Amino acid sequence: MATERARTHSGATQLSDRFSTFYVDEMFFGIDVLRVQEVLHHQPMTRVPKAPEVIEGLMNLRGQIVMAIDMRRLLLLPKRASGSPPMNVVIRTDAGAMSLLVDEIGDVLELEETAFEPPPVNLEASARKLIRGVFKLEEKLLLVLDPERTIESAIG
Amino acid sequence: MPIHWDMDDDQEVVREFLVESNENLARLDQDMVALESRPQDGDLLASVFRTIHTIKGTCGFLGFMKLEKISHQAESLLSQLREGKRRLDPAMVSLILETVDATRKVLSSIEANGSEGGESFEGLEERLRQAAEGKGTEDVSCAARNTVASAPAQGEETPKPEDGGSEERPSEATSKPGAAEGNIRVGVGLLDKLMDLVGELVLVRNQILQFTAERDDLTLGGTSQRLNLITTELQEGVMKTRMQPIGVIWNKLPRVVRDLAVGLGKQIRIEMDGAGTELDRTIIEAIKDPLVHLVRNACDHGVERSEIRLQQGKPAQGTLTLRAYHEGGQVNIEIGDDGAGIDAVRVKQKAIEKGILLPEVAQRMNEREAINLIFRPGFTTAGALSNISGRGVGMDVVKTHIEKIGGTVEVSSRVGEGTTVKLKIPLTLAIIPGLVVSSGGERFVIPQVSLLELIHLEGDAGARRIEHVHGTPVYRRRGKLLPIAYLNRVLSLERTARGDAVSIVVLQADDRQYGLVVDGINDTQEIVVKPLGKQLKGLSLYAGATIMGDGRVALILDVHGIGQASGVLGETQEQVRGATAEAELAQQDQQRLLLFRSGAHERIAIPLSLVGRLEEFPRTSIEHAGDTIAVQYRARILPLIVLRELLESAGVEALPDPVPVIVFDDGERQLGLVVDQIVDIAEQTITIRQKAKRGWFLGSAVVNGRVTDFLDVEALLRSAEVGWSQKAHAAGSGKAVLVGDRSAFTRGLMRGALEMSGYAVREAGDLEEAMRRLEEHGADAVLVSENLPPDGAGALTEAMRRRAEWSSIPVMEMTAQGERLVDEGGGGGKNVLSFLDSLSERSGAELVTAAGEGRR
Repeated sequence: MATERARTHSGATQLSDRFSTFYVDEMFFGIDVLRVQEVLHHQPMTRVPKAPEVIEGLMNLRGQIVMAIDMRRLLLLPKRASGSPPMNVVIRTDAGAMSLLVDEIGDVLELEETAFEPPPVNLEASARKLIRGVFKLEEKLLLVLDPERTIESAIG
Repeated sequence: MPIHWDMDDDQEVVREFLVESNENLARLDQDMVALESRPQDGDLLASVFRTIHTIKGTCGFLGFMKLEKISHQAESLLSQLREGKRRLDPAMVSLILETVDATRKVLSSIEANGSEGGESFEGLEERLRQAAEGKGTEDVSCAARNTVASAPAQGEETPKPEDGGSEERPSEATSKPGAAEGNIRVGVGLLDKLMDLVGELVLVRNQILQFTAERDDLTLGGTSQRLNLITTELQEGVMKTRMQPIGVIWNKLPRVVRDLAVGLGKQIRIEMDGAGTELDRTIIEAIKDPLVHLVRNACDHGVERSEIRLQQGKPAQGTLTLRAYHEGGQVNIEIGDDGAGIDAVRVKQKAIEKGILLPEVAQRMNEREAINLIFRPGFTTAGALSNISGRGVGMDVVKTHIEKIGGTVEVSSRVGEGTTVKLKIPLTLAIIPGLVVSSGGERFVIPQVSLLELIHLEGDAGARRIEHVHGTPVYRRRGKLLPIAYLNRVLSLERTARGDAVSIVVLQADDRQYGLVVDGINDTQEIVVKPLGKQLKGLSLYAGATIMGDGRVALILDVHGIGQASGVLGETQEQVRGATAEAELAQQDQQRLLLFRSGAHERIAIPLSLVGRLEEFPRTSIEHAGDTIAVQYRARILPLIVLRELLESAGVEALPDPVPVIVFDDGERQLGLVVDQIVDIAEQTITIRQKAKRGWFLGSAVVNGRVTDFLDVEALLRSAEVGWSQKAHAAGSGKAVLVGDRSAFTRGLMRGALEMSGYAVREAGDLEEAMRRLEEHGADAVLVSENLPPDGAGALTEAMRRRAEWSSIPVMEMTAQGERLVDEGGGGGKNVLSFLDSLSERSGAELVTAAGEGRR
């Protein structure tokens, strides 16, 4: 984790970290902005029968085939209400681009490291294993998502 | 050499030198081997000389002293040869090849760390020097220097002296293939990138075309049409840049063969045909190792030693033939030898020894199947394992590698004449033709290479034509059972097809075939294969994904994976096979059977030996007389029984025209059996599945892999006409015969015949049972086959003679040659005679003989 953060620092010139944020149900997540390739509206998906349930399907991202992971299913949350299509947060991983399906996109936030804490112990296990820690914001908490762990727990 | 460059240029020149030298060395390998067989070929020698000379010159230029020294010595030797002062011998060839290897070593060291490395080649240099001096007293080094002086100018900005050379000596240039005028080197990475981009472009083009088709705009239509043409041309062009002649990997084979031959003490020559045949470089890369493996195998185990070859009247030198040619969008590569061939019997033996084959399965294997055993993992026939290869060790790996790229491997072999391995390889992996199918509302692509045929079953017949054997769906495809898998079930999707129509895609996976039921068959398309992320690699159901014309992703099915997941391939199948083999062992018989169809009974069988003739009568010729129907046949009345009427009370109106009739004939009387259709004559091993008499059937058995009902002909004939078997009854007059045979089926058949001839029949399956029956009922005669357990008629006779009351019973043995009297019995000659008399009645005697023949 230390090297990961170091990399982020050398990549971003500021002292603070910048995070793309999004909502999944009531949860407010952030992900290192440098890991986010792009954010897209809902895209047509091709189901992958027999794949793990959290894999929503495959989509065509400018000729690149990208797998989409449904964050709600990954976090064992209730199904998204019909009529509110999910958004794609496309992140870069070692295995190529991957899309996280989320409810709503938030702002890019610049956060001071002083506000960072490890995940609270009473956080639900399904969420705790995906996050790196928590930023204490004024009115809410931002859960910092670990992309590798997210994908790992999605695919197993 | 007035050249100035900075460090970067220097690097570039060294890199260039490395690439070029490696190419030259590859050609040198080939040339040297060729030179060995044609030592008088001046052009070839000149080419070898020039190559070495180029390396030497460039080394000096770049300051690689060690390389320069080695190549200098080799050059000296070659110049002697060139001037005709020395004659080339195999030792010299080996020496020069050794030089080539040393040069390679140094080159790879230069590539790795920029220096020539610490290894010393003084020994080699010395041997080269000695060889050059040999008998010749001439000052070798002087001669060499002269040659250098006369050699073309070298070390222009790009060190390509052989180009310069060709200008000065055009006669030599002609012997040099493909001099690279106007060629540039392009990194493979760039080509791959271009290929990717073209793939994208193809997809965009497809989308635009679809979009344009929906609009009524002439300008747009014209433009998109041009886009279409240009894209296609671009695609072809870029594909071509990735194509390489197969010669690229064949080049090193002469050297491999030569070294192997020397090592094995054999004489082997390699012939290559179609080296210019082009394949995608990814495929070239993938088949390299399998190809070398096959060549090694052929040298090691295919081609015999010279003395053995001479004994067999073959030339001492074995020939290895490589052929490559295009055929139907694929490239075929054949690796043939004129060696010993593969001995199917030995292969079977080995397979049994290795425990990968059951002896009883081996018995039923034909030669081709046996030869294919070499592809089983862990198989080898090599009596003594050599360090080069064991034929079969790795043949499974070869097969796996070739199949991974969508290719196939076939072996054909004739003992004493040689073996040919044929690889069928797709031209490219990147863009393949595929069949688009739908299932559960999703589209899937099936690679065309796995596709055998499409079957569409219309109407309500559709679903019914898929039958179930032990719950496993099967379809009768031209008389063979095709296991069926449902794509929607394999993938847990809802079936969306309406109605009863069924679409079956017949697929080839490994050496098996199966039918995949899909909801709809769309069309075939050229698709760009995209690998699935490694996250989905675990799913063996898919071979990749592609993007369709509408921009959506579609999954490419892995035909093998789907087959395994649905159980039509793989272990389940093996188990079924094993179980069948056992069952067949337990109760096996051979029969010639007439197969026909009647009403709901798709397959009915009767022994062919009972059949007089097969006839067809026009429906109008059928005459009704009271309750019965008949036709005039050979100036006689042939009474007819309509089997369907008998079995399910259906009228003759529904019969086809003309009406197929099976004619039974006992020499005096005739009876015609009207069926719906004569299907086939089966002549093979059958297995009684179920021996339970019900209605008109004796039981059922599996014939040609399908369940078949056996008609009780005897009961049928008896029912038809009172007079039919009366004569026979008179002959047999109620005498009791014990029939002994291992097979219940044969016994049933014998029983039928004997009962028809008026005998009472007892049956026994083995000696013990025979004795028991005799005790219970006694018998007037014993008819026993040679395969009555444990020991045929002899043992039974012996056992019977120990009992006084049975000593007078005649025993007759049925053999493959017919019946034979074993023991007349004490004073029972009359019995035997009457027995034989009755058997000589046509139907009975024929049957007995047929039963004996059938068991062969």
